[in-house]
Amino acid sequence: MSGIAEPFSEGDSLAHRLDPRGKIIVAALFAMIVAVVQSLAAVLGGLALALLWLLLAQLPAKKVMGKLLAVNSFILFLWLVLPFSYPGAPLLNVGPLTASREGIFFTGLITMKSNAIVIGLMALIATVPVVTLGQALHSLKLPRKLCHLLLFTYRYLYVFEEEYQRLLTAMKIRGFRPGTNMHTYRSYAYLAAMLLVRSADRAERVFQAMLCRGFRGVFYSLRTFSWQRRDSLFLGASLLALIMILWAAWQQPPLI
Amino acid sequence: MHISEGVLSPAVLAGGAALAAAGAAIGLKKMDYEAIPRVAILSAAFFVATLIHVPVGPVGAHLVLNGLMGLLLGWVAVPAILIALFLQALLFQFGGLTVLGVNTVIMAAPALIAYYVFQPLLRQQGPIASVAAFACGFTAILLSGVLMAAALLFSGEAFWPAAQLALLAHLPGMIIEGLVTLFVFQYFKKTQPALLAKLYG
Repeated sequence: MSGIAEPFSEGDSLAHRLDPRGKIIVAALFAMIVAVVQSLAAVLGGLALALLWLLLAQLPAKKVMGKLLAVNSFILFLWLVLPFSYPGAPLLNVGPLTASREGIFFTGLITMKSNAIVIGLMALIATVPVVTLGQALHSLKLPRKLCHLLLFTYRYLYVFEEEYQRLLTAMKIRGFRPGTNMHTYRSYAYLAAMLLVRSADRAERVFQAMLCRGFRGVFYSLRTFSWQRRDSLFLGASLLALIMILWAAWQQPPLI
Repeated sequence: MHISEGVLSPAVLAGGAALAAAGAAIGLKKMDYEAIPRVAILSAAFFVATLIHVPVGPVGAHLVLNGLMGLLLGWVAVPAILIALFLQALLFQFGGLTVLGVNTVIMAAPALIAYYVFQPLLRQQGPIASVAAFACGFTAILLSGVLMAAALLFSGEAFWPAAQLALLAHLPGMIIEGLVTLFVFQYFKKTQPALLAKLYG
């Protein structure tokens, strides 16, 4: 019963089989472009492209919807505020507040942009296992230390998640019931502190074990990426689609 | 709470990315290769500690511990927080790729303040250290809230009420975080004083 999981990284779809480097480049460009454009046509284009990738990745629909719901909590918060604070022609009265046409449009645009980017990243990046992602990022010239930090942190997430569950079980067995009181905060603080203490101990042991095995600050990977024709096709087609999105944004001036 | 994709203006996104990249570069420079396993294992523990959900009346807040992270890691906290947020975006779809820089600044700038302002105070004897530990956790979340509100505000004046609400939503977390940081500090002092001497980075 682990809370941390990569539900989308395994699979045999076309999106899973593509070279991770190409997917990272396309996903990064896509996210940046969609985050920046302001016209309706461009955002709709981005959403369509993201949905197309999602089809290619054949991710389980139920899990995708679950993730999207969680993502939209911040968006929901914006819907409660933004339509009323955005200046424009009044459209709707809710008590003393007035929602403007422009405000609703603007919030809708943000909602579509946000979901388009998240869907795109789910289809392209979440389909790469984190370990492969670390290697791919390194071969894309990200600082080696940063990639190592990513790989190592990820490696130990699961270890400490288990540790956390164990400590939590121990607390529950002893009758711990969380509430709004000092005892709860003190107990949780000790739980966090215990996790950190154990991590420090483990870090020391792991480091010594690595030194024994001749660690010199380099990971040697047996995996090599192979760029194939389908990767070139994917990169070419995606870049073309992204150029079209930019062109749509340039043709149609921002509505707001 | 992290800012989602597609909300902020391009200028804010670019500014956040540039600041986060500069901070992470400094942090990486201060960390030698040999320190990587130790820093990573500590930040994995921090990542898991943020999963702890603490009840506050009818609602809840999850721990952030960015102040504590700054105390223990110094500048190295910046790349560690960057990685943690990247993994959160990857595994939980919280935050995102284009807002990674902004969210990193929101979390990491208070960590640096904690390192420079509160770390020296914690070496003091008596109640000063305890007050400083509480203040460290408290101000870290306050600053995160202020930075988040600023990021929203600089993206457009229409975000003003949203920015105010975002700051308000940080209030219960501030007190919890202050208490938790205080208790963690006391626990370390009792059981692991070596952890408090700046070990890493």
